[in-house]
Amino acid sequence: MHLILFIVFAGLCLAGAINLLLQSHPMMSALSLIVVMISLAVIYLLLGAEFLAAAQVIVYAGAILVLFAFVVMLLNAGREERTLGSRVAQNVGFPAVTAILAVIATVILHSHGLGVARLSDGITSIDELGAVLFTKLLLPFEVTSVLILIAILGAVALASHSGSKTEERTGEE
Amino acid sequence: MNSLLTQEVPLSWYLLLSAILFSLGVVGFLIKRNLITVFMSIELMLNGVNLSFVTFAHQWHAVKGQIFVFFVMMVAAAEAAVGLAIIIAVFRARTTLAVDRIDRMKL
Repeated sequence: MHLILFIVFAGLCLAGAINLLLQSHPMMSALSLIVVMISLAVIYLLLGAEFLAAAQVIVYAGAILVLFAFVVMLLNAGREERTLGSRVAQNVGFPAVTAILAVIATVILHSHGLGVARLSDGITSIDELGAVLFTKLLLPFEVTSVLILIAILGAVALASHSGSKTEERTGEE
Repeated sequence: MNSLLTQEVPLSWYLLLSAILFSLGVVGFLIKRNLITVFMSIELMLNGVNLSFVTFAHQWHAVKGQIFVFFVMMVAAAEAAVGLAIIIAVFRARTTLAVDRIDRMKL
């Protein structure tokens, strides 16, 4: 059961990621990213991270990707024009990616201490998570809330300020 | 039923999946020519890293690994909000989303 679920959702995840790269319309890429996020939520559940699976669906698939889809539609982004990219990307980027992937895969496949995952491993309950989060890691948690507040203010300031600026410029012209 | 519950998957497969997702994110960052899709590739990389955090949290029964993923999600949400606001600002100033044409810092 675990093996079947892993293979199905890992396959969906990789298919979604590859489709994200192949699609030329940003909306199609956003929808493929949703497939990746939801499959990852199931994979988190297989690893016993129940809370993270829920957070993945709510935060990533529910909030961030809706924001992406909203911006794609707001800016009316059409198909992208394919160019070959910069020479640096071709000559340095792709060999570097291949090398990094090869190194990581070799290290993972040759490591012996790694265990296995079973369905009977049980799940990390939200009680355990909350106990650590609100006692030992309370300060980082509060700092994160300040960060979110700053991000909201920054997003509003950036989006509205630039709008008034362009209006001024078009007015001058 | 018992055999189904004891069926096991090596954790190295999960780590491999996470490495492949990260690499696909890097490749997307390099080949995509639309600002929004480049940003989506960054989200893909973050998700690849999150998966390896969850895998190691499972390996060592460490709750803190999962909490770190929670923080990464929060920072990714903040990053998406600010990043998309910047993309809207860039689009208003340049009326294009193609990264090849956005090559000057000045307006």
